[in-house]
Amino acid sequence: MIAEAGHYALVLALALALIQSFVPLVGARVNDPALMNVSRSTAIVQFAFVLFSFLALISLHVMSDFSVANVYENSHSLKPLIYKITGVWGNHEGSMLLWVFILALFGALVAIFGVNLPLSLRAHVLAVQAWIATAFYLFILLTSNPFLRIANPPLEGRDLNPILQDPGLAVHPPMLYLGYVGFSISFSFAIAALIEGRIDAAWARWVRPWTLMAWIFLTLGIAMGSYWAYYELGWGGWWFWDPVENASLMPWLAGTALLHSAVVMEKREALKIWTVLLAILTFSLSLLGTFLVRSGVLTSVHTFATDPKRGVFILMILCIFIGGSLSFYAWRAASLKQGGLFAPISREGSLVLNNLLLTTACATVFVGTLYPLALEVLTGAKISVGAPFFNLTFAPLFLPLLLAVPFGPLLAWKRGDLVGAAQRLIAAGIVALLTIAVVWAWEKGGSALAPLAIGLAVFVILGSVVDIAERVKLFRAPLNTSWSRAKGLPRSAWGTAFAHAGLGIALIGIVCESTWNIEHIATMRLNDTAQLGSYSATFDGMTSRQGPNYQEHIATFTIRQGGVTIGNMTPSKRSFTTRGMSTTEAALMSRGASQIYISLGAANPDGSITARIYYKPLVLLIWFGPVLMAFGGVLSLSDRRLRVGAPKPARPKFDGLAQPAE
Amino acid sequence: MIAGALAVLAVAAALVLNAMRSSIMFFTTPGKIAEQHIAPGTKFRLGGLVEKGSLVRGDQLKVRFEVTDGNAKVPVAYQGILPDLFREGQGVISEGSLDTSGVFHADTVLAKHDETYMPKAVADELKKEGHWKDDYGKTSSADTPGTVR
Repeated sequence: MIAEAGHYALVLALALALIQSFVPLVGARVNDPALMNVSRSTAIVQFAFVLFSFLALISLHVMSDFSVANVYENSHSLKPLIYKITGVWGNHEGSMLLWVFILALFGALVAIFGVNLPLSLRAHVLAVQAWIATAFYLFILLTSNPFLRIANPPLEGRDLNPILQDPGLAVHPPMLYLGYVGFSISFSFAIAALIEGRIDAAWARWVRPWTLMAWIFLTLGIAMGSYWAYYELGWGGWWFWDPVENASLMPWLAGTALLHSAVVMEKREALKIWTVLLAILTFSLSLLGTFLVRSGVLTSVHTFATDPKRGVFILMILCIFIGGSLSFYAWRAASLKQGGLFAPISREGSLVLNNLLLTTACATVFVGTLYPLALEVLTGAKISVGAPFFNLTFAPLFLPLLLAVPFGPLLAWKRGDLVGAAQRLIAAGIVALLTIAVVWAWEKGGSALAPLAIGLAVFVILGSVVDIAERVKLFRAPLNTSWSRAKGLPRSAWGTAFAHAGLGIALIGIVCESTWNIEHIATMRLNDTAQLGSYSATFDGMTSRQGPNYQEHIATFTIRQGGVTIGNMTPSKRSFTTRGMSTTEAALMSRGASQIYISLGAANPDGSITARIYYKPLVLLIWFGPVLMAFGGVLSLSDRRLRVGAPKPARPKFDGLAQPAE
Repeated sequence: MIAGALAVLAVAAALVLNAMRSSIMFFTTPGKIAEQHIAPGTKFRLGGLVEKGSLVRGDQLKVRFEVTDGNAKVPVAYQGILPDLFREGQGVISEGSLDTSGVFHADTVLAKHDETYMPKAVADELKKEGHWKDDYGKTSSADTPGTVR
């Protein structure tokens, strides 16, 4: 009964989406407010139906109703409650339902918080949202229905893939989808602007908070996924340049560019056409990511059961939306008026440079991810493009970007003073050079790249500090003047500083982890000790334990630093009986921002075990950086000028001039 | 500004082409190694099934096993911990190169991901060679981050 109700609710949502696809457009054409307002109710009710459908699937999983194929395939009555819930989106059908659930959520948010949007703009935006929703409802109902019943219900389910039975599944996919799908709002705004043929600073002010929100979630989602891979897969890697990771990185790069170009559009009414294109591209890359993951075209472990019908359907959605929107852009873009001239050396110029490098870096990731697929389709040859390719292409493009980051916020709008900016950054530059020298001396002739990269990271971090110091006139005015200026600074200025500093911090973590990682892989007998720098790990023996749906073998290690015991670590192996699979649960011990990491290999008949033991210096900074970036995003979002949906249309721009711009 | 943009794009294109030449690995199966004339020392990916009964464990995590596609077998030598999902009779992809005596020295071993999923490249080749068993392709779900090694 619940399954049928959930299915029916989804069909009703489709019907509403169809209405929302056309009625508001007709309303905008004949200028009928009643017809345009239809979109508001349909968006909200549509959300209610999808919410119901989503809750129905969750309750089926919680109740272990194995007469539903989706539950049978992915659940087990003994599975802990949290994994019964998260298992809902740990499979193809359920994750697509999560996708449309988030899409409907964003649609409803626009309907509720977009009260002061011009009526026709809101009608257009919601109509475009409904087009996307219609396509994905059809996809679910025709190819991936999660509510299908089995004729003869089995007594027990096949259990969820053990690797997914982890708290990471509760957070990572929803975060990532909030990011992916959040960019659909910027897309809808872009298409609406093209339909209306009108775009202005107010438009950018409406788009920015939505883009920022999606970007925050995507940033956290990617970081979360990376940390999950790091502790779950058992060999300490945190980024693999796997096509599925690239699929999330591409919208992030394009979205970051969009975030910056929207600033130029809002402040200076320049880069209009480019911003619209970026909004289209960012969501197109999100769709591409969905296609890559959901269609099973990849040789990646993310692949779901390969069902050509699904692949072809998503490919069609992809072609219609990306091809359609880009053709529409080519046709209509000329109707948007370009405005706001600026000199190459200016805040705008620096943001253009940012956009140029980000989109180019994104393009190299695109080539590296899709070239193997294209080659296989065209010639049948199978190749793999791995980390070396991306290190040779992505990194050289990202380094100049990092070098430019501290300059951007110090340049004035319209016409900037590069020499002046350089003078203000001189202290940061000197400290960065000193850092390079110190690191170089400390590592005694190791790689030359690592000290340089750390110096660059320090430069980026101090650049943010200098930016804030300049704004509050630190040391040039009395301290309490600086304090009151700091309090009065727009939150978006703090947001920029935090986000840029986060970038530098992540870079330090990446460089330290990949350069000075200590690895010890060995077969260890009882009381054997492995030495890692100043730490040692002694193998104290194995114990066994029965988990809810698995058998666990736990090894105990005593960790000592300079002979003093600092704690125990207990990595384990879990064997899941239903699927006949085992997983490796790594043990982690944090020492400041560094970590000791132990994961187990096979246990041998003679009582010895094989283990990988790592010391990973400053590894936590890799994820702390993105968290800081997301925090910067939240600060910007809370800026009173940028509250979601709240901006006043077409106000005289004196507030933009009175405050130091972000 | 347009000139600057073109310059960045040109640099990026050069980087991509250079990286394509030096850092791309081809995938092949044991039966095709002979006809493709792969020189010893060239890195590539070898895919197939682990031959049943071929796994030999040595000291210091050294292992040897054979990879087969039904037509030919290639001996593989590896030092390190095999992935959780590595089993005899099941799909595997190894990265590495051949030595002059025809032994494949693997730097990395990637196992198939659960009891029903097989690396797509391996599945395609097995289908082509007529060694596909229907139960290889049963529904499975995996949504994990990154590659299992």
